[in-house]
This record gives sequence, structure tokens and C-alpha cells, in this order.
Amino acid sequence: MPEIFANEPLPRSVFDVVIIGAGVVGCAMARRFALQGANTLLLEKSADLLDGASKGNSAILHTGFDAPPPGSQEHGCLVDGYREYRDIHAKLNLPLLECGALVLAWSADEADRLELLRQNAHRNGVTSARIIDAGQLRLREPEVAATAVAALEIPGESILDPWSAPYAYLLQALRNGASLARNCALQGGRFDGAQWLLETSRGQLHARQVINCAGLYGDRVNQLLVGESDFEIRPRKGQFVVFDKSARPLLRSILLPVPTEITKGVVVCPTIFGNVLVGPTAEEQDSRSDARVDAAELRALVERGRQILPGLGRHGVTATYAGIRPASEHKDYQIKWYAEHYCCVGGIRSTGLSAALGIASRVYREYQERGNQHTALEDCAWPRVPGIAETGRRDWQVPGNDGIVCHCELVTRREIRAALDGPLAPASMAALKRRTRAGMGRCQGFYCSAELCELTEGRLSASLAVARK
Amino acid sequence: MKISDCRVAVVGAGPSGLALASELARSGVGKVVLLEREPIAGGIPRHCGHSPFGWREFRRVLAGPEYARRLVDRAQGAGVELRTGVTVTAVEAGAGLLLSSDAGVERLQAERVVLCTGNRETPRAPRLVSGSRALGIVTTGALQSMLYLKGCLPFTRPLIVGTELVSFSALLTCRHAGIKAVAMIDTRPRVTAWRLASLLPPLLGTPLLLRTSLREIHGNDRVASVEVERGDAARMTLDCDGVVFSGGFVSESSLVRSSHLELDHASGGPVIDQYGRCSDPHFFACGNQLHPVDTAGWCWAEGRDTAASLVASLDGGLTEATRSLPIGCSSPEIAYYTPQRIALPQPGREHRAPAAHQQLQLRFAQDSAGRLSLHDGERELSARNISARRERRVLLPLPPIDRLQQCQTLSLVFKPARAE
Repeated sequence: MPEIFANEPLPRSVFDVVIIGAGVVGCAMARRFALQGANTLLLEKSADLLDGASKGNSAILHTGFDAPPPGSQEHGCLVDGYREYRDIHAKLNLPLLECGALVLAWSADEADRLELLRQNAHRNGVTSARIIDAGQLRLREPEVAATAVAALEIPGESILDPWSAPYAYLLQALRNGASLARNCALQGGRFDGAQWLLETSRGQLHARQVINCAGLYGDRVNQLLVGESDFEIRPRKGQFVVFDKSARPLLRSILLPVPTEITKGVVVCPTIFGNVLVGPTAEEQDSRSDARVDAAELRALVERGRQILPGLGRHGVTATYAGIRPASEHKDYQIKWYAEHYCCVGGIRSTGLSAALGIASRVYREYQERGNQHTALEDCAWPRVPGIAETGRRDWQVPGNDGIVCHCELVTRREIRAALDGPLAPASMAALKRRTRAGMGRCQGFYCSAELCELTEGRLSASLAVARK
Repeated sequence: MKISDCRVAVVGAGPSGLALASELARSGVGKVVLLEREPIAGGIPRHCGHSPFGWREFRRVLAGPEYARRLVDRAQGAGVELRTGVTVTAVEAGAGLLLSSDAGVERLQAERVVLCTGNRETPRAPRLVSGSRALGIVTTGALQSMLYLKGCLPFTRPLIVGTELVSFSALLTCRHAGIKAVAMIDTRPRVTAWRLASLLPPLLGTPLLLRTSLREIHGNDRVASVEVERGDAARMTLDCDGVVFSGGFVSESSLVRSSHLELDHASGGPVIDQYGRCSDPHFFACGNQLHPVDTAGWCWAEGRDTAASLVASLDGGLTEATRSLPIGCSSPEIAYYTPQRIALPQPGREHRAPAAHQQLQLRFAQDSAGRLSLHDGERELSARNISARRERRVLLPLPPIDRLQQCQTLSLVFKPARAE
């Protein structure tokens, strides 16, 4: 079954599983359950996918070198998620750039701490991690500030497209029988001993199992459905600054700081779209939706970026954004079966993009262990998503693209039309940007706004134009 | 991949590119291809619905779109091969271009390439403004292209940030659309554009708030209000449904930045000599990419003058083995200047080309008064007293080439007048 649109009634049938939340974890979950043959429905309260924590992150595929030790939920899911992404990305046409990471030490004290990090990496199974001296660092990253004294090199750390990946997971889920209902907020529910009766903003639903992947609202969904939650979401905002593509040649690797007890610190890394990203900040806040940026924090990030990579001083800022991590009072993930028919995937604070596929496999395994059986699809569909990363072939290189609309990001008219025509058509300008990159570039719409305004007319819930002349 | 060739490829069909291509075609140099990435040629004037354009070029006062049309007609009439909807994705050493269009990718090999890619305004992100990422935040260019090309409006009650000439153009654009800006703000104590312009906002019912900065943008889906701070530290909230970030023009030099050509970090455009030649002598540049921002008429004239240098270059009038004398500058008041170097012929091999740039063009970082001079060591070659406003064009004549030929080092010096 495909997407159930707003003008269509919700099915009366009983779903094997209803998943709450179309963030990266929910999308991966829907994919896993659909491929295993479960009759799956994914609910999303917003008009678009990835509208919460998943819309703003650092777009890194982590090896788990600095994760909690083996045996922790996070470590297991990261290792499995990392491996599965590498296995499937090419079949879904998802990009992957194994650029490696360097943890940079700026003092003798930090250099000492690299050894502990190296040991932890090896303990976590990342045995290629090794310490390099200042000379080797210079050869590898000549633009890094000369005051760096040593680094821990982790060759397997990679970058990916943080929006195309969950989109591809969900697309594959839908092509293989899952359903999606957007604009569908969970309002309550009860388990009657045999099945769930869920109340939503679009009507009632029946399900045998519910999996809570509600991210920033995970604790609230727990309270709503099972009346308790082992964790409380403590939103942590992370602001980012994106530098112009002209800065991309300044670095090869992801540049990480030596972490402290409190934070992993500010990362300088390439993006799969050919920019340089600096961030995140780590700001505790009460709001789960307030993703405002703050001028002082952004200036501090620009300054920090230039301390690490002085050449950034010669390049402009293309974009700024903030994401909110669904952190909890616990360090580890909070994946827990509150009942035989209810699982919560909570507190996925900052590694969700890397671990999502692993989290989905783990939950499905635990679901099977509870006596649930389906027949896995033998010959499943592998839809290929449009290639919008700089690492692969782009539509502007292919005849019949109908010309370029967004000149900064080289997005063609055909790409924009295809996204708007669906499947999973974006409902907002922000979602269209995530899907195509139109308007994401250095001019931020100076050249393409008029054209985008026309192309999207009547297609988005909030249109670019409010009036016509 | 399709491969074609031409004598000269001009990148960008705004006023400078159109003037240059027309002039080249008229000179009979051979095939001149003018590449424009938009579906229609003409550049920025195409969506400037207001006057005055065209006095210099047509001895008439025209609105932007009509002016652009006439420039395009003139170029086509002169035999320029105009190709619209074609994006140059990369330039290669030796005048090669990689193009993308509906037909996919192709390669164009020229003998000379001229970059006329213009400039653009600074949008919200690089200004590092606090607040949400709501709809309704645009630059003047985006507003004007939405209104004049597609008849749509991103807001009905915007705040205008900036007081440059283009900011007043944004104000007039709102008036043309039948909407009123809620305020026009600038952090500076006086408007950046001509002083008389400050009379315009009150006439249109829009308060002009100087010494006022934008502190935060509020709103979820759309802009709902902004918080501004007056010089006396009083914060206030203005209800509005949009923000126009106007001005703060920067060079649109993305192609240069990803190429082998030397970039001048001060101007943001390529380094050129007095002929308009880039560090690779197969490449020339002209227009607002070199000096953001100047009028369409100025860019047009620069295009025409650069054509003359280029014709000579094609005829072998500019020997390639030239001595190059960089112009240095250590006066912090000077934001940038162009050209950044002087090409000198080898002894006995005169250049037979008119220089496209017979004057240095400068911009000051702030309002400045004092003495501007060009030096060879201790010796003053050229000087004038100036009183220059920020963002305004300042010119300093270049000495004739035979005088420059004897110079060892060139430096631009500004001595501020003592405060009275």
C-alpha cells in the first residue's frame, strides 16, 4: 500500500505494526518491517518527513569508534547500521564518501588523551584507528592550523546525504508494501488485550504492535500510550554554519576535537554536497521545536572554524541552521519493550543517522523473539533515489533535464518537477530543498526564487508567494 | 560529449557581456558566442522595473526590461550567437569551457573567454542573523524577479534592511506592487545612498530608522515580526511578514573560485590587468564581477572598452610574455581596487592595444576624506584629493604606459585628512 493522502480515509484493517514518527529511525524501521513482510504503517504528525531531529545534523556515518563500549545499545546499533548502510547504499543510489576522520590534539595534554581514544576505538572494533604525529598530519591535511600537535586517524568515518538516506529507506518501505500517513498526529490509544486502538488526528487505527520512534516527543508518546516513560527528553540544540563550496578543497577529512565529558565538540567536515560544515553547538533548552539560530553562537562557530582551518577566513558562509537532538538523562539509547506489544526507541541523541538501520534490525530481532513471525520478501524492490550528491552523476549532466533552475547547486527543472510529482512529494519549501537542494546554495534564492515560486505554485502547503499582482 | 569551438566565448549576458559581445562581433573577429544561464538574456536590468537606464547607450531614459531588450537586440543584430539556458559549470586553462543545458554536457573551446558573471546581494545566512528560518526572507533581486518576471510577491508588509541605492529600489518595488514596507533600517547614522534618498521613505509612508540593527527574526512558517535595536539600546518589535536583505553586493565569481585563475580576495573577483586580462591571458573579465556594485551603464561601457583590448589580444597586439607589475596597497581604508596589476610589454615589443582600464577604480571601506595616490617607491605618479562615501566608485588615473614601464613597484596610498 502506498501513501494514504489527507483526503483518503485511514484503513480499517489491523496493521501488524504502526510506527510513530517519520524521522530517520522511523523510516529505517518501516523499511525493515516491510522487507520482513509485516503489514506496516508509518505515522507522521507533520506534513513532511524529517521535520524534527532528523532535519539538522552533521551528516556523518560514524564507525562508533568513540561510542559507549560493546554491549551498549548504541555500540551494537552503530556497528550494524554502519555495515548495513555500506551494504545497501549503492543499490538505493545513496552516496557515501569514506573521507576518514582525524581527532585533532592542540596541546600535549590533548595528545595524551588521544591514546585513550585509540584504545577505546580498538575496544569498539575500529582497529584501523591510529595516532599520527604533527608531520604526518601536515601531509594529510596541510591547511589545518600549524598548532595541531597530533591526531587520531579513523579511516572508516564517512559522510553521506542525511536527507536522501531516510527518504530512500521510506521509499523502499512503500514500494514493498508499507503505508504512510502524514499530517497524522497520535492523540491517544489503548491496548484491548488483542490489539491497539489508536486515536489520531485523522481517525482511528488498529494495530497489533506499536513502535515509538517519535524522537523529540518519545517520552510523551510513552506517557500517552503506556502511561510511563523511563526517560525524559532533554532537547539539546546544535547550531551549524555551512561554508561555500569554494572552501571544500581546504580539507579531506572530518576534523574532530578531543571530546570532553560534556560534549563531542565542534566538528569541521566536508559535506557530500561539496561544502564545509562547522558545528554543532550543544545548548540545553526546554523547547522541542525552537530551532532558531543565534548570531553570537554563529559568529563563535565561524571563529572556531577559522582557528582550526585558517583558510576558511577567505571563504563565505552559505547557510546557517540548527537541529535539536532528542537527548535524555541517559547516555545510552533507550530502546525498551514496555510491553509485549509496545516498543520505544528513545534518546537517540546524536548518532541516529548512522545507527538507524542497526536500530531497525535490533528492534525487528527483538520483535521476532517475542514470537512474531512474517515471511520476508523474497524479491524486494530497490528503488533508486535521485543523485544529488557531488560524488556522483547529477541530472545537469544528463540530456533532457530542461535546464538548470538553481544555479548555485545546479538543480534542474526536471529534478524539481520530479520531486514535486512524488512519490513522497514535499509539502514545504524546506522539504523541497532537502530533496533537491534548490535554493540551498550561496545565493540563497537571489537567482532562482522567481522560478521556484512558479514551479511550486499550488504544490506546497506554505507557498513562497503570498500574493499575486 | 558534444564539442564545439568559437573565437570568443562570453559568459553572462548582462549589460557588460552584451556590450562586449556586440562590440566584438562588430569588429569582425569571427564567431562570438554569448552564454546566458537564464532562459532570457539581459541580466539584472530585466527585473528592475524602474528607470533610469540607457542614457549612455541609447540616449534615452528607459526602464530596465526595455533597456535589456534593446541591448539583446543590438547584440543579435551585430551577429553575436546568443545561447540562453546554458550554464558554464567549469572553466579550463587555455580557454575551454564545460557547459550544461537541456542537451546535457558539452565542451566549448574558444581562443578567448570573457567572464561577465556580475554580482549579487548578500542574503541572510552570511549576515549571521538570529532567529527562525521562516518564509518571506529574500534579497531585493529575488523580490524583483518574483514580482517583475512572475507577478508574485513573497510578503505584503516587509522590513527593508539597508539604505544602499538598491534598498530604495526595493522600496519602489514595493510601491509598484501596491504594498508598503513597515520600516527601512540601517545600522549606520546616515543612508548609504545619496543623501536626498532619505526623503523617499517618509514620502511613501515607511519610517526610516537609522542607527538601528536587526536583532532577531520571529515566525514559524512565515515571518511574523522582527526585533530591532536602536542605537540607544532600546529594543522594539515590528510586526511584519517578510524581510528584504538589500545590497551588500558581492562578486558572483563562483567559476573563478573553482578555477585556475587568480582571485583577488579583496574584491572577490578575478585579478586583472589594465586590459581586463586575468592571470591566464586567454581569459578576460569585466563588469560588476570586478567591482560590486556599479550601474548598468558603467558596466556597459566597460564591456565596450574591454572588447577593444580583446580584439588587439586576438590580433597578437598583446604579447603574452609580459612583465607584470602588481599594485600593492596597505591602507586599511581602501576596501578593494581594480585592476590589481599592470602588464608591461617586453622591451622593444610595444603593446598595440588600448587599455580597457585607464583609471584605477576603488571602493572605500567607510566614508573617507584625504589624499589618494599611486607611488613608485617614494615617487608619486598620480594623486588626487578625495572625499568618498562608502560603496561609491572612486577613480584615480593611471599614468601612461611609458611612465609605468620605468617603475619597479606600484603602491596605492591613502592618507586621511586630519580631523578638523
